[in-house]
Amino acid sequence: MSTTALDQTQRGFSAAAYVICLNGIVWREALRFLHQRERFVSALVRPLVWLFIFAAGFRQVLGISIIPPYETYILYEVYIAPGLMAMIQLFNGMQSSLSMVYDREMGNMRTLLVSPLPRWYLLLCKLLAGTAVSLLQVYAFLLIAWFWDIAPPPTGYLTVLPALILSGLMLGALGMLISSGIKQLENFAGVMNFVIFPMFFASSALYPLWRVQEGSPMLYYVCQFNPFTHAVELIRFALYGKMNWISLAVVGGCTAAFMIGAIFAYDPSRGLARRGPAGGET
Amino acid sequence: MITTDAHSVVVAVPDASARRQDAATPALSIRSVSHCYGARRALIDVDFTVAPASFTALLGLNGAGKSTLFSLVTRLFGIQAGRIAIFGHDIGRAPGEALRLLGVVFQPRTLDLDLTVMQNLLYHAALHGIGRRDARSRSEEVLARIGLTDRASSKVRDLSGGQMRRLEIARALLHRPRLLLLDEPTVGLDIKVRADILGHVRQLVTEDGIGVLWATHLFDEIDPGDDLVILHEGQVLACGEVARVVAESGAHDVNSAFIRLTGARPGSSAP
Repeated sequence: MSTTALDQTQRGFSAAAYVICLNGIVWREALRFLHQRERFVSALVRPLVWLFIFAAGFRQVLGISIIPPYETYILYEVYIAPGLMAMIQLFNGMQSSLSMVYDREMGNMRTLLVSPLPRWYLLLCKLLAGTAVSLLQVYAFLLIAWFWDIAPPPTGYLTVLPALILSGLMLGALGMLISSGIKQLENFAGVMNFVIFPMFFASSALYPLWRVQEGSPMLYYVCQFNPFTHAVELIRFALYGKMNWISLAVVGGCTAAFMIGAIFAYDPSRGLARRGPAGGET
Repeated sequence: MITTDAHSVVVAVPDASARRQDAATPALSIRSVSHCYGARRALIDVDFTVAPASFTALLGLNGAGKSTLFSLVTRLFGIQAGRIAIFGHDIGRAPGEALRLLGVVFQPRTLDLDLTVMQNLLYHAALHGIGRRDARSRSEEVLARIGLTDRASSKVRDLSGGQMRRLEIARALLHRPRLLLLDEPTVGLDIKVRADILGHVRQLVTEDGIGVLWATHLFDEIDPGDDLVILHEGQVLACGEVARVVAESGAHDVNSAFIRLTGARPGSSAP
């Protein structure tokens, strides 16, 4: 009889079991993403519409002064590119949480949750898988944007990767936390109105914060407290080989907090148990 | 139709020491388990065991608490009161040890419809830490056993209801569990497919020594040689061998024993 990484005669789990599990979850998430071609297309069309239409229209209206990390005057399209990259990750994080709600309603989620590996690890794998999918989308966007004269330094494509991973994890963990509180798929429309739009518009994705401060000091403070602002700034700085330490601390802290919240919410003795069985079950 | 290949051993036969230990330790032990949803009590002091290599039917009407009990055994829900152990491993204290010995088929379909049959099996194998090569050979074995080898590359959404159920059972056996839980697995299936699936599961008990807990509300799925647990409004009204439960209730068959114990109306199946 062949042995497995989870040999029944042993207690605990080998490192190989954890790696196999992670690979399996990432592989499944990637397969689902590739099977849903319209999801890939819409994930790209959304930021490209902002880039090609919105930015083209506003470039004459919104002047961008020299602000870090930029060392010279830049076009508006260049300014909003990091915000659009973060937007891809924001939508992807919420899409992942939508898929978790769907999986829970359809029962697929149970397959994951009855794995013998620790639940916190399963959720972390799910999060990493969602982040990996978002990276595919962001780099596809950067490729298209390159033809639109949005060309950061060549090393920027590499230096931005850790920032994208961290911001992807933060937004995915937020989505996971939100999904734990949603009882039915129909309720998810509220997430669009109450999470995605406020987070995106009350941030530095579309306009620099000094411009916001001129218009509304109150909104400026809201933007400062918005973790999405810091995800955008972390990506913006990393894309030019620089580090924004405050944004790094905020994004890192929020990732940890959202992840702990999601693990707590999916803990069998706390989160799921309150809801009772799915409809039709007894 | 479910096919059986005598040469393909899907479930590992435990060695002698493991068998001796199995004989002394129940496959599933449920002790004084209670569960509430807010003020509603779904399970009240539930207490029974499932022996290794036995077929135990968990009989109850809709709303009896069967799915809640399954959610507790599979650790989807946390245990509020009582203790559940699988081959001696406490599900609350050592969930990993317990869950690796457990295969489960839930009442709703839990397959990924967008993936192929083989991809669903490989995904499940990965969740149990089974490497790709081993997972593929095990998947081929179980597919041969349930007669779905030629559908390995088909998307699950293209399978019939009966094929999906057989695939779910095959998937539940992929990591070679020693206890199998099935929550009303024949709901919505025609008579022939029901008989096929039931026969397949009984074969797992006799040939592979798996302990089975089969939740149902259909009397005709219970054989005289089975163990029986009658769950009604969250409470165990009777448990033991079918003949004993029937005799102790003063009835002549399972149907009338159930009616006597619960006060439910007669019929070929519980409403």
